[in-house]
Amino acid sequence: MPSSPSDRPAADPADPAGPAAAADLAVVGAGPAGLAAAVTAAGLGLRVTVLDTGERPGGQFYRHPAPGLGAARPEALHHAWPDFATREAALRAHVSAGRITYLPGHHVWTVVARQTAWTLHAVAGDEGAAATVTARAVLLATGAYERQLPFPGWTLPGVVGAGGAQAMLKAGLVLPGRRIVVAGSGPLLLAVAGSLAAAGASVPAVVEASAYTAYAGKAAALLRNPAKLAEGATYGGALLRHRIRLLTRHAVTEAHGTDRVEAVTVARLDRDWRPLPGTARRIPCDALAVGHGLVPQLELATGLGCATRRSPDGTVALDLAADGRTSVPGVWSAGETGGIGGAGLAITEGEIAAHAIAGRSVPTALTRRRSRLRAFADAMAAAHRPGPRWTGWLRDDAVVCRCEEVPAGRIREAAEDLGARDARTVKLLTRAGMGWCQGRMCGPAVAALAGGSAASTDAAPDRRPLSCPVPLRHLAGLPADLPAEHSAELPGADG
Amino acid sequence: MRSPRSLVGGSPASQYTVDFDGRALPAQEGQSIAAVLWSAGILAWRTTRDGGAPRGAFCGIGSCYDCLVTVNGRPNQRACLVPAQEGDTVTTQEGTGHAELAV
Ligand SMILES: Cc1cc2nc3c(=O)[nH]c(=O)nc-3n(C[C@H](O)[C@H](O)[C@H](O)COP(=O)(O)OP(=O)(O)OC[C@H]3O[C@@H](n4cnc5c(N)ncnc54)[C@H](O)[C@@H]3O)c2cc1C
Ligand code: FES
Repeated sequence: MPSSPSDRPAADPADPAGPAAAADLAVVGAGPAGLAAAVTAAGLGLRVTVLDTGERPGGQFYRHPAPGLGAARPEALHHAWPDFATREAALRAHVSAGRITYLPGHHVWTVVARQTAWTLHAVAGDEGAAATVTARAVLLATGAYERQLPFPGWTLPGVVGAGGAQAMLKAGLVLPGRRIVVAGSGPLLLAVAGSLAAAGASVPAVVEASAYTAYAGKAAALLRNPAKLAEGATYGGALLRHRIRLLTRHAVTEAHGTDRVEAVTVARLDRDWRPLPGTARRIPCDALAVGHGLVPQLELATGLGCATRRSPDGTVALDLAADGRTSVPGVWSAGETGGIGGAGLAITEGEIAAHAIAGRSVPTALTRRRSRLRAFADAMAAAHRPGPRWTGWLRDDAVVCRCEEVPAGRIREAAEDLGARDARTVKLLTRAGMGWCQGRMCGPAVAALAGGSAASTDAAPDRRPLSCPVPLRHLAGLPADLPAEHSAELPGADG
Repeated sequence: MRSPRSLVGGSPASQYTVDFDGRALPAQEGQSIAAVLWSAGILAWRTTRDGGAPRGAFCGIGSCYDCLVTVNGRPNQRACLVPAQEGDTVTTQEGTGHAELAV
């Protein structure tokens, strides 16, 4: 509810940027979490600035075509579209009323403490112009990207991320091929297969490495989430309708082709995800959409020193209080940064954080909903956690680091012969993870090969001092008091 | 036959062509360069520095940098993020140039 201006935190005269320039809250990310937080906070009387890399709000889940594509039914590729549409309308209204400053096309690359406020540095537009925003509180809602476990042939054109195929379909209305195998692990695969098929692709199989029976022990979390069960049934129904085979406890262990993918080998896995000899078979296809769940995108948060925790799926997420507080006072977070959990949870957490930042009590309905959805998310994450022996399908000649073209053999050599025990040492010895993507694609694999044990994909949070490539001239222009090593001494995920 | 466009009832505001390595490709207003290339059945528009291997879009959301391409003479543009504009000239990129950027 809009409140009187007197409810706003008083402007701080000591603020170097001046009270007019400093927002009450800067939200990084306009996905479900950031968008919900921004409109809720603005509704509670805060002046909010939203920065988002994307050109339109919505993040990964509510990614949708540009207006120029004239989609009459954008909701056809989404469920719960009204959840987004009402919040997007609220965003527009707050922007017109001057309560929200919305900055699309802005990639925040670092956040710096400035006395009583925070300064966010961003690159904007395709010219990479420098932009700064000052705010008293920061909410990081930067979401996640896909976890990839490499296999021979995964660099062939036509092998694309499962979420990536979904993103390209939702935004550009395009498919990577006509006959698309969907593989990897996690519930996103079902959504992706359903969308691809609805958009006209044939999907010969969904290849899921986990066994869905892993959910069996989690009946309590499932039963508390009837909506999630219904969602699962919807996906299941879509698979049946489009005659898509679901192969559980199977993985794509190789993609074949020269200039593009022409077929994949699918093998049965044992409990530890080791491919079982003699079970391999080929499925012809002209594209493969593959992904093993999502990885929270944390570089801004870890750069600020926010504490992390290990999620049940082996990824590192922020360690958050129930109201979205990070361990750094004045920095909040919501959505997938706190652990993968879906758009509904992200929206709920955004609203909770907005209440807390505005100094209001958080409605009980929201906190209940959050704990219910988090319990479900954790159960699901545990069920799809990569098995320790997945590296069994990673031949020595298979590329692991796509950017620097480092094969698995070189990483194994660094670990076994040269004694590299962690991803960072491997990186120094082999250049794996040193390229453009800064290890976002190969990080889990390098960690698994370096650890060589059941530690599997468990990695300390990757340290990336900058969250995106930044023109050198912007770095040179940073104030001299920027802490030299603000990514140093991160609280490790294991404490 | 079903298509992504028929699914969402899309009718693009305008259509134009984009030049890719001398080929005129149809583009719809609002598509990214990667989407224009995928629509034309083109999955690779870069070759890697070491192996000269073909690459195109992989993550689809700007995090993998596999889709780097040269647009109107500017190298290292992420094709999955850059909207295609009327009159664009897109060329295959060989290797990656780290020149101008810090990371
Ligand atoms: C590729 C992909 C496809 C997905 N598809 C589906 C799907 O089809 N169905 C489904 O149920 N779930 C899907 N998911 C999961 C979905 O992302 C989440 O459930 C939900 O979107 C989480 O919301 P969020 O607000 O936490 O994060 P996100 O939706 O990821 O939003 C984060 C936003 O922050 C922005 N951002 C990140 N870093 C910065 C920065 N440094 N500066 C400025 N802005 C930044 C991003 O551009 C993005 O807009 C997908 C995930 C991915 C990665
Ligand atoms: S496809 Fe990954 S950055 Fe463009």
